[in-house]
Amino acid sequence: MTDLLLEASGVVKHYGAVAALSDASLAIRPGEVHALMGANGAGKSTLVKILTGAVRADGGAFTLHGRQLAVHSPAEARRSGLVCVYQEPAIVPDLTVAENLALTGTPVDAFRTQMADLGIGSLDLGATARNLPLATLRIIDLARALAIEPDVLLLDEMTAALPADLTARVLEVISSRRGGTGSVIFISHRMLEVAGLCDRATVLRDGRTVGVVEVAAGAEEQIVALMLGPAAEDGDPALTPAGAQHGGAAADTDAAPRLATRNLKAGRNLEDVTLDLRAGEVLGIVALEGQGQDELFDVLSGQLRPETGEIMVDGAAVAFRHPADAIRAGVVLVPGDRSTALLMQRSVRENIGLPAIASPRRWGLMNMGSERRRVRAAIDRLQIDTRAQAEARRLSGGNQQKVTIARWLESGVATFLFYDPTRGIDIRTKIEIYQLVRDLAAAGAAVLLLTSELDEIQRACDRAIVIFGGRVVGEMPAAAADAPTLLRAAHGLQPAGGTA
Amino acid sequence: MTERVQRRLDTTAARGLIARATRGDAWTVGLIVIFAALLVFTKLLRSSYGLDALAIGALPVAFAAVGQAIVVISGGIDLSIGSVIALTNVIAAVLLMNAPELSVPIVLLVLLIGVLIGVVNGVLVVVSRVPDIVVTLSMLFVWAGAALLVLGTPGGGSVDWLRTLITGTLGIELLPRALVVLLVIVGLVWIPLRRSRLGLSIYAVGSNQLAAFRSGVNVARTKVVAYALAGFFAALGGLALTASTGIGTPIPGPYLLLSVAAIVLGGVSLAGGRGGLLGPIVGIYILGLIRADMTFLGVQPAYSTVLQGVIMVVVVMVGAYLTLRRAAT
Repeated sequence: MTDLLLEASGVVKHYGAVAALSDASLAIRPGEVHALMGANGAGKSTLVKILTGAVRADGGAFTLHGRQLAVHSPAEARRSGLVCVYQEPAIVPDLTVAENLALTGTPVDAFRTQMADLGIGSLDLGATARNLPLATLRIIDLARALAIEPDVLLLDEMTAALPADLTARVLEVISSRRGGTGSVIFISHRMLEVAGLCDRATVLRDGRTVGVVEVAAGAEEQIVALMLGPAAEDGDPALTPAGAQHGGAAADTDAAPRLATRNLKAGRNLEDVTLDLRAGEVLGIVALEGQGQDELFDVLSGQLRPETGEIMVDGAAVAFRHPADAIRAGVVLVPGDRSTALLMQRSVRENIGLPAIASPRRWGLMNMGSERRRVRAAIDRLQIDTRAQAEARRLSGGNQQKVTIARWLESGVATFLFYDPTRGIDIRTKIEIYQLVRDLAAAGAAVLLLTSELDEIQRACDRAIVIFGGRVVGEMPAAAADAPTLLRAAHGLQPAGGTA
Repeated sequence: MTERVQRRLDTTAARGLIARATRGDAWTVGLIVIFAALLVFTKLLRSSYGLDALAIGALPVAFAAVGQAIVVISGGIDLSIGSVIALTNVIAAVLLMNAPELSVPIVLLVLLIGVLIGVVNGVLVVVSRVPDIVVTLSMLFVWAGAALLVLGTPGGGSVDWLRTLITGTLGIELLPRALVVLLVIVGLVWIPLRRSRLGLSIYAVGSNQLAAFRSGVNVARTKVVAYALAGFFAALGGLALTASTGIGTPIPGPYLLLSVAAIVLGGVSLAGGRGGLLGPIVGIYILGLIRADMTFLGVQPAYSTVLQGVIMVVVVMVGAYLTLRRAAT
């Protein structure tokens, strides 16, 4: 066992009466890229926090280079050679990049080299972190970790919310570390990345390590089966592309589109977007970071007024001055970041009830009886696990996302704007959300779905458009929208045989 | 047999009532228990001590705490609340001295002035986009100066019915009139509000402004309403002060800090979005009882103040710990 770089066994962690980890183990060989997999709530984050000293374990044995390891703080873990890049960049927003480097004692030259390798050659170290885009901050966080040559680098959902070009560079850099002295622990919900990048995978389920898999052809199904557990092994729809079956069949092409834009221009990035979204259809949007998709969603949900261009609902021009206007027109936003949609400290009931404020009797008394029925119906329909319903923040990420959707269901909403709805959600809930999106469309709703995971286009959408430089550069039926095609278009390349 | 069933029904009904009144809020229940224990302790120290004295003294600051709680729940803070109490206190005293026969319109006018002051505070916060704490700190000086303009030195007068309204008890000693007035007014405003969309908006804006905005809530209007309510309750505090002292005093008492202390003790999160109004009211009573007990025990005022601070920290610490443990199980 001495040839292991890092070993953890019998790790236990309780939060009150809840066991986050009951028997987790992990064995990392030198020079390998090791995936840590598991559904949300399986205990991945807790294990990572324990390894990096952010949380103390209730029990378990840890060795690094064969020596007993005991870390009590992230700083101590860093000194021992364990560095983690978290999903949320650990960068102080009001300091400059240089100051952030100084804060962790990172050598600047090594940092610059790593940044160049990661595809960002020119970065002003005097720039205040707050003013940099999220993707750049995550790259800075990664480069800062790489610059001190850690023995073990932990990457928690590193590629989530990264644009496709940066994702490719990051994966390349991680891959190039294979065979060296250091190892990488890679946490991702994206099966394709794990398959392409990792040597082995440890799978957690309900706080236990349930298997270690050599990543080879066919390993994906094995990993998914382990993650899902015995209950859900048969007929996993997540691995069968579903888009082709839908093929836009339900969309009614004769009537006026439910939601349409003409030459929409807004903010810094949105230049000229024209699109039609019909009742009964799911229209997917693919774009690299900062191509105007944020502004498009802000405009359509009433948060931002367009400079030029128009929006039409059911063929009639509308001007949204406030989200309440959009909600009244039946156009609602489901953001990917649940913390920007939910009242985390308030109850599930209040969260579901809140949007009803936009109805005409805004300040009047609520009919508590009908309110309760509405909430009950929404919870039943989405099978929300409401054991923790006193406060939304205690729900799992997947259940939070269901609440953000549920609140609109009973109010007869006609048009949904989903902004990366499955970000950071486990595979089981992802499947439920795809199904829900399909059900909404089948029931006559129009759905606009922006995704950063290219395979979602074929799983959930009828049609896809690609936005690049604030303009629509490609449009295709889901059946033709495979990952390479979408990726080419998202980079502004002419699709083979298409029109841009 | 039927008697036993009836009794059981009564206890369940009573339990349901308490549960509903506190909305399953263990924090408030805990505070009420502390308050009851303190009351028994006080009675043992000095059996002649009546709850009515405490209730009258606590009335202005209890109204201040209620107003402060509403603003803090909405995600803001009103540092001007003490000055507004002083201003409305002197306006009421001057007007009542000069025209005691118009006392009812004067009371309504003072309440309206309170609301308008709150609207000014709220509109400044919303329009200037300067942080609440800065705006209301500035307004603290403005309203304090205005109070001095109205009345340079303590003076003015009151009318008898105001004093009678809050003096004495309703039959039993546990029901001082001042407490009943407080609970009735707060209940009349808060219970309908809590069940309305506006009430939910106040919690929503305090909990997560972006999420509230995206849900269609008019954030600016909600904030102005929260400050207007704070102004309304501050004016009630000013009126209570006029009623209990019989005069107007242009220099504000320690109402601002006490109001913040009470809401912290009462389980309202300073970060906004959490808490109710019952907790802060009980908090005010607890702080008042502690002060009385210290006096009866002959503790030097200097130590007494230190001890009050220590007790506050300990109560909030233990409360937070218990809440966490409850959440974990």
